[in-house]
Amino acid sequence: MTTKIYMDNAATTPVRDEVFDAILPYFKEYYGNASSVYSIAKESKKALEKAREQVAKGIGAKTEEIYFTAGGSESDNMALRGVAEALKTKGNHIITTKIEHHAILHTCEYLEKNGYEVTYLPVDEFGKIRLEELESSIRPETILISVMFANNEIGTIQPVGEIGKIAEKHGILFHTDAVQAVGHVPIHVEEMKIDLLSMSGHKLGGPKGIGAIYIRKGVPVQPLIFGGAQEKKKRAGTENIAGIVGLGKAVELATAEMSVETKRLLHLRDQLISGILEKVPYSRLNGHPTDRLPGNCNISFSYIEGESMLLLLDAIGVAASSGSACTSGSLDPSHVLMAIGLPHGVAHGSLRLTLDRGNTEEDVNFVLKKIPEIVQKLRDMSPLYEEIVNKKA
Amino acid sequence: MEYSEKVMDHFMNPRNVGVIEDASGVGQVGNLKCGDIMKVYLKIENGRIEDAKFKTFGCGAAVATSSMATELVKGKTLQEALEVTNKAVMEALDGLPPVKVHCSCLAEEALHAALWDYAQKNQMEIHGLKAPVEDIDELHQNENED
Repeated sequence: MTTKIYMDNAATTPVRDEVFDAILPYFKEYYGNASSVYSIAKESKKALEKAREQVAKGIGAKTEEIYFTAGGSESDNMALRGVAEALKTKGNHIITTKIEHHAILHTCEYLEKNGYEVTYLPVDEFGKIRLEELESSIRPETILISVMFANNEIGTIQPVGEIGKIAEKHGILFHTDAVQAVGHVPIHVEEMKIDLLSMSGHKLGGPKGIGAIYIRKGVPVQPLIFGGAQEKKKRAGTENIAGIVGLGKAVELATAEMSVETKRLLHLRDQLISGILEKVPYSRLNGHPTDRLPGNCNISFSYIEGESMLLLLDAIGVAASSGSACTSGSLDPSHVLMAIGLPHGVAHGSLRLTLDRGNTEEDVNFVLKKIPEIVQKLRDMSPLYEEIVNKKA
Repeated sequence: MEYSEKVMDHFMNPRNVGVIEDASGVGQVGNLKCGDIMKVYLKIENGRIEDAKFKTFGCGAAVATSSMATELVKGKTLQEALEVTNKAVMEALDGLPPVKVHCSCLAEEALHAALWDYAQKNQMEIHGLKAPVEDIDELHQNENED
């Protein structure tokens, strides 16, 4: 079965046509190394700086505050390890949350093994941190607060502006992993008092293997990769010009189209959410009902398991994802779903559908027609559902 | 990770889904924590498994192994049924991805639990059959890859 309906846009997105066209000349035509002096290299240098400006504009930063990386994970690593290293004489405490991406969580675990202390803030039932709890976790030795902008699984958007105010008030640096947010929700690093921000190209119609980190002017970050003088010596390695051009173009397009596209997506998302909740008994929405990414729908179906749902959806050409243990290769369901307090059984039965530009109303209607059938088929096979039916009878 | 065609066939068209109302033995194993629960119903007459049905909460591998295991035990004597091990079920399915091997244990444990239930009810002993383990997850905890 080929995929007809792609609803896993939080995992990755197809490269947009405009982005693809913008990238192509930088493979064979303008292949020069941006560090060289001859004419062809000047094209690369020009493209590099244009993309930097496009990315900066998209998040309200200054051009010189954008550094290109190989993706969201590298940016997250660089923010945490780079600040920790640079400020190690100042303190050794970092505050983050329990629902971060593994690029943050596993970096924090690494730092803990190397003498740093990390506070993992819990979240409420909707996946939001409590601001009072954040503020009371601050210690004299706290050097960094890292809270994701929007969650990749449940779509919940954090009160980033408020977090920024708290960080500024206490003179602590604030990093946000905005991989899921850039190009999807308005971001302004100045207004939101963000000191460092991670982004990735392939979540917004750009290519894979390219990302960027915004570092506010004056914020000390020790580089992860040493070598040449690229990216003002913050990130060595010959620039991935094609990727960088793609990221710049993708951010520019997404920012320009955001208000129109968000409106369209919100309509589809809410249709999908309310349709499923209405048609399928024993289902619940995961994440915040309104403060959530415009394309994110995450629903748990009691008494069934997520991977089974994904296989049945794939069989009819629908691509989706789940927080079930069986889709992660471990025995535990998603740490995010556990953090919002779902019981194991309900967490295993989660389904994430993430919409983007490619999705239409027809897609949503098709999925809305099929999901109740798929859930019922699995429930008819489930010993847990049998118990519920027997109890009711 | 990819499932074999046989696994997909048994997942998409599972055999023997259901309940046997007057079952001779019933066994349920697994728990919600790991996300796999299997319940097996056996109809046993004259020392032979006349019918087998199952209900399973779990992933594709769990459903497929449930389907295959119930297929394999039908028509077998109790002693022969004990030879339907997780390895035998897995082989009959042309293998499982490494991260899914633990799911196949569920089918063997559930069969054994149902046979044990039958033996208890009939105050008999099936040679080589042990009492079911309370929580099979405990056995497979260290397979966690994360």
